[in-house]
Amino acid sequence: MGLYQYEITDVKKTERIDRLVAHLFAKMPEIESARAKLITESYKETENEPMIMRRAKAFAHILRNIPIIIREDELVVGSSTIAPRGCQTYPEFSYEWLEAEFDTVATRSADPFYISEQAKREIKEADSYWKGKTTSELATSYMEPETLTAMEHNMFTPGNYFYNGVGHVTVQYEKVLAIGYEGIRAEAEKLLSECDFGDGDYARKSRFLQAVIISCNAVIDYANRYAVLAKQMAAECKDATRRAELLKISENCSKVPAKGADSFYEACQSFWFVQQLLQLESSGHSISPGRFDQYMYPYYEADRKKGILSREFAQELIDCIWVKLNDLNKCRDAASAEGFAGYSLFQNLIAGGQNGDGVDVTNDLSFMTIQASMHVQLPQPSFSVRVWNGTPHEFLIKAAELTRTGVGLPAYYNDEVIIPALINRGLTLKDAREYNIIGCVEPQKAGKTEGWHDAAFFNMCRPMELVFSQGKDKGVQVGVVTKPVEEMKEFEEFYDAYKEQMNYMIKLLVNADNAIDVAHAQRCPLPFLSCMVDDCMGRGLTVQEGGAIYNFTGPQGFGVANMADALYAVKTLVFDEHKATLKEFKEALATNYGKGLTKEMVGEMTAQIASGLKEAGKEIGEKEIAAIMKTVIETSQMPSIKENGERLLKLIDQVPKFGNDIPEVDAFARDVAYTYTRPLQEYKNPRGGIYQAGLYPVSANVPLGAQTGATPDGRLAGTPVADGVSPSAGKDVNGPTAAANSVARLDHYIASNGTLFNQKFHPSALSGREGLEKFVALIRAYFDQKGSHMQFNVVSRETLLDAQKNPEKYKHLVVRVAGYSALFTTLSRSLQDDIINRTEQGFGV
Amino acid sequence: METYRQTKGRIFDIQKFSIHDGDGIRTIVFLKGCVLRCRWCCNPESQEYAIQTMKVLGEPKIIGQDVTVDEVMKTVEQDRPYYYRSGGGLTLSGGESLCQPEFTRDLLRAAKENGINTAMESMACAKYEVIESILPYLDHYLLDIKHMNPEKHKEFTGRSNELMLENARKIACSGQARLSIRIPVIPTFNDGEEEIRAIARYAKELDEESRGAGRHKAGNSGTSHLGMGNSGTGHLGIEKIHLLPYHRLGQDKYDGLDREYLMKDIIPPSAGQMERLKKAAEQESGLVCQIGG
Repeated sequence: MGLYQYEITDVKKTERIDRLVAHLFAKMPEIESARAKLITESYKETENEPMIMRRAKAFAHILRNIPIIIREDELVVGSSTIAPRGCQTYPEFSYEWLEAEFDTVATRSADPFYISEQAKREIKEADSYWKGKTTSELATSYMEPETLTAMEHNMFTPGNYFYNGVGHVTVQYEKVLAIGYEGIRAEAEKLLSECDFGDGDYARKSRFLQAVIISCNAVIDYANRYAVLAKQMAAECKDATRRAELLKISENCSKVPAKGADSFYEACQSFWFVQQLLQLESSGHSISPGRFDQYMYPYYEADRKKGILSREFAQELIDCIWVKLNDLNKCRDAASAEGFAGYSLFQNLIAGGQNGDGVDVTNDLSFMTIQASMHVQLPQPSFSVRVWNGTPHEFLIKAAELTRTGVGLPAYYNDEVIIPALINRGLTLKDAREYNIIGCVEPQKAGKTEGWHDAAFFNMCRPMELVFSQGKDKGVQVGVVTKPVEEMKEFEEFYDAYKEQMNYMIKLLVNADNAIDVAHAQRCPLPFLSCMVDDCMGRGLTVQEGGAIYNFTGPQGFGVANMADALYAVKTLVFDEHKATLKEFKEALATNYGKGLTKEMVGEMTAQIASGLKEAGKEIGEKEIAAIMKTVIETSQMPSIKENGERLLKLIDQVPKFGNDIPEVDAFARDVAYTYTRPLQEYKNPRGGIYQAGLYPVSANVPLGAQTGATPDGRLAGTPVADGVSPSAGKDVNGPTAAANSVARLDHYIASNGTLFNQKFHPSALSGREGLEKFVALIRAYFDQKGSHMQFNVVSRETLLDAQKNPEKYKHLVVRVAGYSALFTTLSRSLQDDIINRTEQGFGV
Repeated sequence: METYRQTKGRIFDIQKFSIHDGDGIRTIVFLKGCVLRCRWCCNPESQEYAIQTMKVLGEPKIIGQDVTVDEVMKTVEQDRPYYYRSGGGLTLSGGESLCQPEFTRDLLRAAKENGINTAMESMACAKYEVIESILPYLDHYLLDIKHMNPEKHKEFTGRSNELMLENARKIACSGQARLSIRIPVIPTFNDGEEEIRAIARYAKELDEESRGAGRHKAGNSGTSHLGMGNSGTGHLGIEKIHLLPYHRLGQDKYDGLDREYLMKDIIPPSAGQMERLKKAAEQESGLVCQIGG
């Protein structure tokens, strides 16, 4: 044990990598039908068998029959689809949405997929088997009516696992690299031989272990298919260099992942099969490679010592894997695609940090993984770096260089917060120190955790709307009946009403998540995944059934900044300064501050009023509805309504906002975040674990904001909700340090499923070595104050050009040049041009 | 509270996360009032000492606020973690800070006494006694030299340059603060190679004199003060020359103040030209030169 040595010489990208990337992105991704056909064939043959055996047999049937391909120039092979970046379908989770979207999926704006008519037919035919058999249908049957109503009204969205596999896991890659699936199979066989017919759990455990053995064999056979194919291709190949490469590929695939890897190249190939096949077993995303620089290092180091591996070739292999991570894809329903925009599979890979003993283990590969992301300039892997007081400075400088490229990577994570936060959730010190990140921002210990991260989006603004309507939404009683706001005498009453609505929605959210959780355990237990997570084999349970050592459910809340600003504005204007009344707020919110109502909003308000009249005993027919609608439209256009809205917006604008380093407001925000994080952690999941909150929205703050009415922070209806724990867009006016200080005042420890803090920079902020130094200092200083995560968008020249063309899309784009902070779109054309020129020149005046 | 922390001054902005005005991440306090009226000034609202109204995005905004040293320091303190990690601190800018000598001195003193690094952007356009009173609390003097020709200087800034150039010499020879020369590169005013060379030559002169003065003083006292901070003669020579390319980002402010912007048609210097000027300045001065702050 001791400090690793590392080398920081950059290796150049090879032409092969450019060719691989070009090939991958030549066409629109495509939906293929092979998996849907194969799984359905297998399921039809195993009707009366235990679910775990059916899953294993289906997995094996898929792996033995699915078409395989070795793409041109590949050194690491294994593709789930013939088409580059293609995807298979997973009808066992849900299928109806895809059939409904068959004709629009190729033309939709977020993440379109091509689908051939033949594939449509085949998928449709396979799907006909699945009616009533999916996890989503079973989950629905487990949910209470109140829960289904709340979901219908978009109070929260557990859509991710409701319609798909869970994913969100990091398995024991190191185990496969070391002993291969023959080794794991041998373990299963040994455990099976130790099972006694008389054991209480014999039925379940023996079948699970048999399922593991079937799965291991299937994976070994799958790799052998590639060995055979590579050999065939070599025989037909005229180019001597490529022929040699193909023969090497064949050799690799006939050895790994069946056996342990003996070289870095074999380790790369073995790693890839694990990564790929986990995503063929289930449709869950965020299958995260985790600490690649750690578990791959022994193979790299050994080869380097033996003198059989050049840094150049090692870099090329890593780059090849980076490209392959973008070859995997997933088609989501149209609404989810917007929430997860960018074809992202969130395969989070993290470099740097400490080992279990608390020693920094940054090594050569840590630097080379950063280099790989610089080389490929692709969204996958979701690349992260761990930062602690012992992180080598040069490592962070290198990471900052990647940030500067504008690719939006890496995300930076603070060991000093995450390790104690995980210990607080029951991890051992050693396990906590070895954490990696799943998906977006969710920390956990690899190979021991079923974290159910990303379990739902919970929009903290929606319960605020319920406070003003006594729990009604579109005329339906969705929340609890709280006191009419007009009768509230003190701020505490108002805040308590919000908490009451929150608590109720949180309970319904738990009801939804637990229903889905049980459905996965019963309908889609995953034997292949479970053989690489402790202690599934020992317990004889899949991860879905509680086999993992650590079990969590982590639904993420968002809109903290909006609610902090909203509650603070109400407190200040209504109760402290008496400049406005709650009645005025109610009227302004219902009429979108007099800024006009969309058709949907008119419909919603009409429904709300009609239901009130019905309850009061009035007959409501079509004629009455039309009359109400007319009144709603007329009222919303009344000058008095517009004036009231204007006046309130002005007053709200003057109230201090979260994100400006104002201790009183920030303390308030901290408390508001607790309204989500504290009640949630009291709940338990069916796997024997607890709930833990995250505070991040992925990109759902935009589409879910579109379903949210106006809020008392002055946010208009339908506009985006604040991003993660970041201040509301455009409300932080004192620059990045002030925003970071405010965000650091939230309790990041309790949000142990992760927080997300986004900052935007103009590239001049990172120009030269000096710029990188200052940027790294900014991260260090935010982390000194116990922020948990930070990521950066460096505004590119392309973005600025686009903002010139489409100013309405970039209302909040702040540029900081020459000591100026300005809203880009408010500048005159010539000034905008100057800024764009400076972006190119990297001037840092 | 110490009385110097109650000294009042007039500022028009405090800007955090400033990364181009001295070492590390800094907070810039902009003092109101200036002795010059540079035509290209990107902060026209800084020039008048009087509190003004300027239209910003169509809305009238009051420019100028009277504050105590203590009040300013509360804001400056907020970014201490960033100074600590980056080697940054407080920078005074303007206007010309020396127009408010007591406030400037006491603000710098308050920062120094709390362990915060200090810098000041200034033209040194004041009696030298004023500058002398400030130097003990100043770590880094960012000194503007705009032109060597007195007439042209007067034409474009409203004042001749003799006093400033003389003060520059005295500051350099005092060795009390690190000294960097900043040259705003303004097309039609000083963007000719010869004009930049002239300033670079002067910087070289200052550098040599400063080092000579240091040897002389060290010889007299028999001790070397190198590394003794800014109380002695530890900072000899010119540290760097900065060439700051003209920008017109202050243009909208002229409209906001209902003033005409005389440099409307001036296009910022190109990257290529800046590189050429940088080379010329380097050649002439033998000092380290950089484009930007």
